[in-house]
Amino acid sequence: MNLLFPGALALCALASLLASIPPARVRSALAGTALAGAGAAALAAGAAAMAGRTWSAWLPDLLPLAGVRLELDALGGLFTAVTGGVITAAAIYSIGYARHAPRTAQILVPLFAAALLLVPAAASVSTFLLLWELMAIASLLLVLADHRARPAVRSAGVWYAVLTHLGLVAILGGLVAFAAAAGGESFAELRRADAGGALAIGVFLATFAGFASKAGIVPLHVWLPRAHPEAPSHVSALMSAAMVNMGIYGIVRVGLDLLGGGPRWWWLVVLAAGALSALHGILQAAVASDLKRLLGYSTTENMGLVLIGVGAAGFFEASGERALAALALAAALLHVINHAAFKTLLFLAAGSVLHGTGTRDLDALGGLRERMPLTTIVFALGALCASALPPGNAFVSEWLMLQSLIRSLPDGGVSAAVVMPLAVAAVALTAGLSAATFVKALGTGFLARPRSAEAERAHEAPPSMLAGMALAGAACVALALGPTLVLPGVAEVTGQVLPGRGPAADGAYLRAAASSLSPVLIAAALAVTVAALLAVLRALALRRARRAARLWDCGAGPMTARMEYTATSFAEPLQRVFDDVLAPESDVEVTHVKESAYLVNRVRFQAAVPDRIEHRLYAPAIALADRVGRASRELANGSVHRYVGYGFAAFAVTLIVLAVTS
Amino acid sequence: MIGAAAQVVLIGVGSPFLVGLMRQVRARLEGRAGAGIAQPMRDLRKLLRKEPIAPHGTGWLFRAAPLVLAATALVVAAVGPFATTDSPLDPAADLFAVTALLALGTVALALGGLDTGTAFGGMGASREMTVMALVEPTILLAVFALSIRVGSTNLGQIAASVAEDPLSVISPVSLLAAVALIIVTVAETGRIPVDNPATHLELTMIHEAMVLEYAGPDLALIEWASAMRLTVLLGLFAGLFTPWGITLALPLALAVFALKVAVLGALLAAAEVFMAKLRLFRVPELLAGSFLLALLAVAASFFLERA
Repeated sequence: MNLLFPGALALCALASLLASIPPARVRSALAGTALAGAGAAALAAGAAAMAGRTWSAWLPDLLPLAGVRLELDALGGLFTAVTGGVITAAAIYSIGYARHAPRTAQILVPLFAAALLLVPAAASVSTFLLLWELMAIASLLLVLADHRARPAVRSAGVWYAVLTHLGLVAILGGLVAFAAAAGGESFAELRRADAGGALAIGVFLATFAGFASKAGIVPLHVWLPRAHPEAPSHVSALMSAAMVNMGIYGIVRVGLDLLGGGPRWWWLVVLAAGALSALHGILQAAVASDLKRLLGYSTTENMGLVLIGVGAAGFFEASGERALAALALAAALLHVINHAAFKTLLFLAAGSVLHGTGTRDLDALGGLRERMPLTTIVFALGALCASALPPGNAFVSEWLMLQSLIRSLPDGGVSAAVVMPLAVAAVALTAGLSAATFVKALGTGFLARPRSAEAERAHEAPPSMLAGMALAGAACVALALGPTLVLPGVAEVTGQVLPGRGPAADGAYLRAAASSLSPVLIAAALAVTVAALLAVLRALALRRARRAARLWDCGAGPMTARMEYTATSFAEPLQRVFDDVLAPESDVEVTHVKESAYLVNRVRFQAAVPDRIEHRLYAPAIALADRVGRASRELANGSVHRYVGYGFAAFAVTLIVLAVTS
Repeated sequence: MIGAAAQVVLIGVGSPFLVGLMRQVRARLEGRAGAGIAQPMRDLRKLLRKEPIAPHGTGWLFRAAPLVLAATALVVAAVGPFATTDSPLDPAADLFAVTALLALGTVALALGGLDTGTAFGGMGASREMTVMALVEPTILLAVFALSIRVGSTNLGQIAASVAEDPLSVISPVSLLAAVALIIVTVAETGRIPVDNPATHLELTMIHEAMVLEYAGPDLALIEWASAMRLTVLLGLFAGLFTPWGITLALPLALAVFALKVAVLGALLAAAEVFMAKLRLFRVPELLAGSFLLALLAVAASFFLERA
């Protein structure tokens, strides 16, 4: 068992080598195969760690002064296992998808994967920060992979670079202060240290802000819907299904494990941030018409849901309700696993659409059902899972989460009575909107008739890409039907962080408090009923063949693709309902004929739904920074006298400060 | 087991008659003779005899949607506490699962509507999903309010606890939740004032626009499933707020259930006569109101349960 995790890292290194040395023809096949092996080994290592067979290493010479300390425990094991699964599917997919990718991008993918696997295994502050930065840099370079082809990539890269480094500064500040106060920098020493009062608050809030920016939590999410769509699709899958999880890992590790919980208001902050992200994310996804941007916003939504669970867990723990805390945390972690499975599937399918049509604009897609039948089926599966409907997998974790939230009321105190109904309402609204969002994505993107020439010329993905998607799809199905098999492992993990009995798996049934659910029985009942109905209909219709008929076109001849509903028109009623929240912008420009003001020559209509938080929060901040930058130009006008004067003034002030203070 | 099977058969066979009854009540109140309560059943028979149609450019999702819609309604009919509280499927699905199953049926039909690629199909699907997205939170919050006292979201347990203590229904919690649930039932089943099941005017129709391309046995399946959804939602309402009779012997319990649903359906139809359909973009206001009522129900339950 001990060799699995180092083996996975060694395979990552091998994949990186295989992506650089062999000839371009075989490069992606060799590197993809090695990386898939690395992912599978990491999955096994993570599962072993969840089952109690942990792994640790102490390499004092690798890093001067601090050394590298690694330890894969149950909590880290869960995140490593999830990452391993995502890597396996993405690596198999990349064999076909990344065949013509630039060499640097191919070399970087295994390095990014290795960093993702190592972050949850870091067991000291310096190791953690180093690996965290490695993960950020590798993903940043991968986002920029296509910067020559599309200028939008550069802007996405700048946003990502700035926000991820601001996040790093926050985490660094928090953890370094914590380590200084604890007198040691290994996680074991931090755990033993009793950080209290203002320091603990500062550490928690700083690290929360940093981790939240990585998880794409509102208002620090702005980089996510830009960077995730611009990266190559298998990298999008790695980022959206594995990297964002690291933000959740950090919050659970520092907040619940190292700081050992905290007052209730900490967790109310977490819960509020989660609820806000869930709602903002799904609303923006509901009105997005770029397929990958939609998926990016859906990631913000799902991470928000996970944070609702984490926040509720911390809140219950602080209130002394151990069983509920364990239930909420188990629901959150199960949602992390489920989200990773369906988001990998959806991003890979979106990449396959991009590969087959060259566009990811839902308004220009359509009719892929016949041209890309297998991709359509896997996307439909992913959409079912993502919209939290049975028999999908997200339904199970959201069910557990709702159970923990509604159980809290009778004796939770006033704050619980105010917060929990609102949290339930947020989860419920999210569920309804996500169904609408994914009906839009599947219905306008894949069904009906093609809306553009690109969609008309679509072709199915090569076998390796289909195999990667099939693997992710199989994981979704397994998680949807057999959550009772995964739950004991998740309960191990929650047991490590929070003592207390969580949800139980009892045969085919999930039991949480007094309620029960059996996803496999629901799926079986549905399947049996559909089969029975089909049999009855066949018998009644006397095996008459279906007759092809014209669509109802109001007698005006065949309808063109321009008459179809597009993604934008599908979302219009929702946009109108949430008009005050979304603040959509539209612009009508009427050009008149020169001779007469009554005759219209041309009408131009433009509509866009900008991210309001970005608009209101970031635009003024950027404008301010810009103004400060311009103003400071006055300080440096090129006159040497002035610079000498600055130097003298700085020196004099330093001397005065020293004289006064010492 | 027998109870659950009897429930499914009763709902499956009885639901077209419920629709017939509601149409008859409306017709009489509007001064028309009406077609009799068996007319929907005759319509189904007629549709089932017709040949199946495959409109140009539609695919497997278009054909699967009616099956999924009917299957979800049947599974809910087997799960719910309509005539018995100990259905073998009861521990498999609770009120959240039932809500989500009904939503799954709606989603399947919306995808079927989009698959046709006509403006009508897309319009109906878009409107239906908007309404559904707003209805879902209300249902879940109302469930929340009702489950607090019982401590479980399993339908059988909620119904059994109300049956034991019938007076508990006359609490502000139940009343607020009941009003919220009535509004969402009306919205989910596409009745006035949210949608008009008898209209084919493009400005107003929601459900009918979505199913415009269906004909023959497919349409029969959709009509039957819609009738079952109406029955099931009225039945759930009856089961959650007036579960009296559920503890009786099975044949009697079935008869009581049929009577309750018939009365509720007749009341709904009678109320519809005095109402006009709301403008499409006024509907969210109605749904937001029901959401607020459900939230009040939860808040009320907090203060009452502590007392």
